[in-house]
Amino acid sequence: MHIMEGYLPLTWCIIWFVISIAVVAFGIYQIKKIVDENPESKALLAVSGAFMFILSSLKLPSVTGSCSHPCGNGLGAALFGPAVTAVLATIVLIFQALLLAHGGLTTLGANIFSMGIVGPLVAWLVYKGLTKANISSTIAIFFAAFLGDLLTYVATSFQLAFAFPAPTFGAALTAFLTIFAVTQVPLAIGEGILTVIIWDRLKAYKPKLLDKLGALAPNEA
Amino acid sequence: MKHKVIIMKTSTLIILAVVCIVIFIAPLVMFSGHGEDDGYFGGSDDAASEQIEASNYEPWFSSIWEPPSGEIESLLFALQAAIGAIIIGYFFGYWRGQGKEE
Repeated sequence: MHIMEGYLPLTWCIIWFVISIAVVAFGIYQIKKIVDENPESKALLAVSGAFMFILSSLKLPSVTGSCSHPCGNGLGAALFGPAVTAVLATIVLIFQALLLAHGGLTTLGANIFSMGIVGPLVAWLVYKGLTKANISSTIAIFFAAFLGDLLTYVATSFQLAFAFPAPTFGAALTAFLTIFAVTQVPLAIGEGILTVIIWDRLKAYKPKLLDKLGALAPNEA
Repeated sequence: MKHKVIIMKTSTLIILAVVCIVIFIAPLVMFSGHGEDDGYFGGSDDAASEQIEASNYEPWFSSIWEPPSGEIESLLFALQAAIGAIIIGYFFGYWRGQGKEE
């Protein structure tokens, strides 16, 4: 989902930057509030960020014959919501832009938008919706992580189709979706399973903290 | 504790981990013998960049610094994964020990 350095026209770079900066700023404000209320949640923030660090560094093979990486953004979204996850994604994306020439500084705003905003927003909505319907949080987190990962790549495909609608927007979108979204399906399933494992252990070790953050299903709290 | 939190059995966790491994080994088996030269196992990010270049777009900015070789790149990717793994391992170990003391 990384749009490479310089691969987005300046106007689009600015548009995505403006949106992303607003969300990241709100996320930083939320982190301050969460940490003030529950100092213990600092460790959970670190674990959520660390999970993204690991998953986004793994370039995995897909049954389509190409490679891509998961995002790890579903965990943070379920625990803290999309804005906080946007802050965590920003840290990962800056690391990769500066040290790995993966993504870039000019495309940072666009990449934060897909991996830090769209993906986590979808994951958060799915998670909250399913747990409200009294579905076990472990099952809810699977679908949240799966769809969060997949929609991150769908978002990138849309961003590229907006910027390069050649020959038509629809044709460009199909081309980018074929490259990104189809490859991503098995990876997103894998990410869902990995997130379930981490989630299960969090529930085993820190049930009270998860409850305080409102991150459990109502029938679990 | 009043929490009705249901956690999984160790055996379930292991089965899930195995399913995950199978998902990622399957492509290696399916396309065994193929490689980057005949278009397999390339990165999707690069494929998208090529798609953009095909429309005669000239990137207007390039990375300030790039890993000088594939070795250095894999070093930095491994470092990224290691940083994440240390943090998760540290806290999970700490919490597990804490639970046992209680």
